[in-house]
Amino acid sequence: MFYFDHNATTPVSAEVLEAMLPVMTEVYGNASSIHHFGQAARQKLDDARRQVAALLGATPEEIVFTSGGTEADNLAVIGTLGFKAGHAITTTIEHPAVLASCAQLESVTRVEVDSRGLVDPEDIRRALRPDTKIVSVMHANNELGVIQPLKEIAAIAREAGAVMHSDGVQAAGKIPLNLADLGVDLYSIAGHKFYAPKGVGALFVRKGTKLAAMMHGGHHERDRRAGTENVSGAVGLGRAAQWMIDQGPAEWSRLAALRDRLENAVLDRIPGAHVNGAGAPRTPNTSNIRFDGIDSEPLLIALDLRGFAVSSGSACSSGAQEPSHVLTAIGLTKEQAKSSIRFSLGRSNDAAQLDALVEAVVDSVAHLRKLAPAYV
Amino acid sequence: MSEVIAVAMSGGVDSSVVAGMLHRQGARVIGLTMQLWNQRRLPELATDKPTGRCCSLDDVYDARHVAQHLGIPYYVVNFEDRFEQQVVKPFVDEYLAGRTPIPCTLCNNFIKFDQFLDMADGVGAHRIATGHYAQIAWNSDSGRWEMRRSVDRAKDQTYFLFGLTQPQLARTLFPLGGFEKPQVRELARELAIPTAAKPDSQEICFVPNGDYAAFIDAYFREQGISPKETAGELVTTEGRVVGEHSGVHHFTVGQRRGLGVAAGEPLYVIATEPETRRVVIGRNDALLRATMRVKDVNWISIAPPAAPIRAEIKIRNKHAAAPATITPVDATHVEVRFDEPQRAVTPGQGAVFYSGELVLGGGWIE
Repeated sequence: MFYFDHNATTPVSAEVLEAMLPVMTEVYGNASSIHHFGQAARQKLDDARRQVAALLGATPEEIVFTSGGTEADNLAVIGTLGFKAGHAITTTIEHPAVLASCAQLESVTRVEVDSRGLVDPEDIRRALRPDTKIVSVMHANNELGVIQPLKEIAAIAREAGAVMHSDGVQAAGKIPLNLADLGVDLYSIAGHKFYAPKGVGALFVRKGTKLAAMMHGGHHERDRRAGTENVSGAVGLGRAAQWMIDQGPAEWSRLAALRDRLENAVLDRIPGAHVNGAGAPRTPNTSNIRFDGIDSEPLLIALDLRGFAVSSGSACSSGAQEPSHVLTAIGLTKEQAKSSIRFSLGRSNDAAQLDALVEAVVDSVAHLRKLAPAYV
Repeated sequence: MSEVIAVAMSGGVDSSVVAGMLHRQGARVIGLTMQLWNQRRLPELATDKPTGRCCSLDDVYDARHVAQHLGIPYYVVNFEDRFEQQVVKPFVDEYLAGRTPIPCTLCNNFIKFDQFLDMADGVGAHRIATGHYAQIAWNSDSGRWEMRRSVDRAKDQTYFLFGLTQPQLARTLFPLGGFEKPQVRELARELAIPTAAKPDSQEICFVPNGDYAAFIDAYFREQGISPKETAGELVTTEGRVVGEHSGVHHFTVGQRRGLGVAAGEPLYVIATEPETRRVVIGRNDALLRATMRVKDVNWISIAPPAAPIRAEIKIRNKHAAAPATITPVDATHVEVRFDEPQRAVTPGQGAVFYSGELVLGGGWIE
C-alpha cells in the first residue's frame, strides 16, 4: 500500500515520536505547576514554542498552541470579532473551518478566485467596507496547492485597519515562511499535516493583536486559550517544525521533482488529462488532475483496491464523496469537479512508487473509459 | 484470482449476511453503501424511529461495522443526484399525476441494478450481490436467466424486481433467495454479524414513518411549490360535490380512511383526477375492474410472447396473484383480462406476471 494523501494527514515521523514519548511517561508534570515536575514540563513547552516560532519567522510569545487547525481558524475569526457586529472578507476556496466560522458573523463577503485558484488582491481592496474587521485568506489551498499573494493582500487589509488572518495549514511545512515579512496578524497551522500528531496546532497572534478567547477556565497561553497544555503534542509540533527548518528546503525540492515526474507522465500518457490550478504558484507536493469523462469516485476506489491511496473532493458525514467547492470556485462544472483526483506527496514517497502509481492510474482510467463509451 | 463481488450493504441484517456468506465462501468481497438521500434535507420530517430512515448515519455505521468485522474493503458511494432525479422526483410527479408510484422498483431499475452495477464495474468487481429475497437461475433450454419467487414467501421481493434485464440478471447474485428469514437470522448469529438483532426495515426508505403525503408536502416547500395547488373538490361517482380536500397526493385508489365525508355506507377513493384536482369517491363495487393496460413491459423468464398467454398477476405487493389472460399489444404494451374482476387496480403500480413460482415479467399499470 502506497500513500499519496499527505494533504489529508501525515504519519508521525520517527524523530517526532522519539521526542514525544518521554514527555508522556517521564516529563508528565502540568506545565502550570510550580514544582519541579511542572517546571520540567514548562521547559519542554517553551522549547517547543521557540521551535514553532522559528519555523514561522515569529517570536515565541506570538504562538498559541491549539488542538489543531480547525480550532486555530475558529479562534482567529471568532476571537477577532467576538460575535460582535462587523464585516469579514474571505474567499470562496477556504477550508470549511474558516467558511463556517465566518458564516456565524453578521456580514461576510466571499471573494472569488480566477481559473487558476488565485485571489486578485485588488478584489480584496474592492470588498473592503468601513466596518471590515477581518480579512481571512488561506495561504496555500488544500486541494490545489495554489499559493496566494498573501503579502499584497495583507498590506491592503492592514492599511484599511482590518485584522489579517491566513489559514496556513497547507503551507506550513511545505514552503518557506516568514510571517513578519508577510505582514499577517493571525496564522493557523496544524501539526498532523507535517509529521506531528493529530490534535495539536497553533495560532500565530502578532504582538498587539486583540483576540478574545473561546475556551475559558484558566490563564494558559497568555489568557488566549484555557486548558491544561498538551505538552507532548506541543513537543511533537516543535520537533516537526525543527525538522522542517533543518531539512525542509531539500525535501521540498525532492517532492517538486517527484510531482513534476507524476504530472509529466500522466499528461503524456493519458489523453484528456488536465492539471487543475496549473499556472499558479503551487506547493511542491500537491497535484490535482482532472480526467475527462471519468467519475473520480470509482477511480479512487479502484486505485485504493490496487494499493494506492489518493483523494478527491471532500467527504460528507457518511464518508460519501461530495463535489469540491474549491474546484467549482475555479470555474469547473460539477461534472469536471467530479472528474478530479488529488495526489499529495510526502516523505515516504519515492520515484519507484510514483512510477507504480502512474501505471495504476493509466490502467484504471483506461478501464473506466472503456465502460463509458460516451467519452471519445 | 477468485471472483470479486461488490455487495450492496445497507447496514441491515440481510445484506450483512450476504457479505458474510460470500466472504466465507472465498470470494473477494467489496462492501459498498449507496448514499441516496441527504437526511439534512427536509428537517421537519426528522424522526427518532429506527426504521424509515434511508441512508441514516446509523445505518452507515452499522454497515461499516460489519465490513470491519469481516475484514473486507468498504466504501460509501454518493448516488444522491441520480436518486433524486430517477426516484424521488418521479415519485412526487406520479402522485401529482394521480397515480400511486412504487419508488422501490424505480430504485431497483435505475439505481441498484444500473448505477450500482456501473460502480461495481468501475472498481473492478465482476458481479454484484444484494440481500433481495428472489432467486435467479440459468435455463439452458430457453437460453434465458429466470427469476423465481423466494423460498420465504412472506419476504418475497420479486414484485419489485420486474424491471431486471437479462444482462443485469447475468451479473447479479441473490444469495438469500433460497432461505427462510429465521435461517438468515441464524446465519447472522453464526457469522457473528454485529447487527444480527437489528429489526427489519419497513416502508419507503426515504419517507420517514411511511407518511408519503408529509414527505411530498415538505419536498414542495423545499422546492418552493405551494402545497395548495393540488387542493380541490371531493366528488361522488355521480358527479356530486360533497366536500374539499387538501391535495390529490393525499389519496390513493382504494383508500377508505381520511375522506372526511359521512355517508350511510363505506366510501372509497375510486380515482384521483389531477387536471381538475378532483378526488372521486364511491362505493366499494365501483373499485372492481376486470381489465387493465400495462406499459413498459419487461419479459424476464420467457421471451416476449406473440400470442395471448395465461398467468397469475399481482397488482400490489400484498395482492394474491390473480389468474388472467395477457394479450400482447405491441413490443412494450399488453392488455390484461382477469378471470374475476380485481379491486383497486391502481395506475402507477406494477403488474407482475407469474407462472407458479416463475416470474414471467411485468410492467406498469396505465
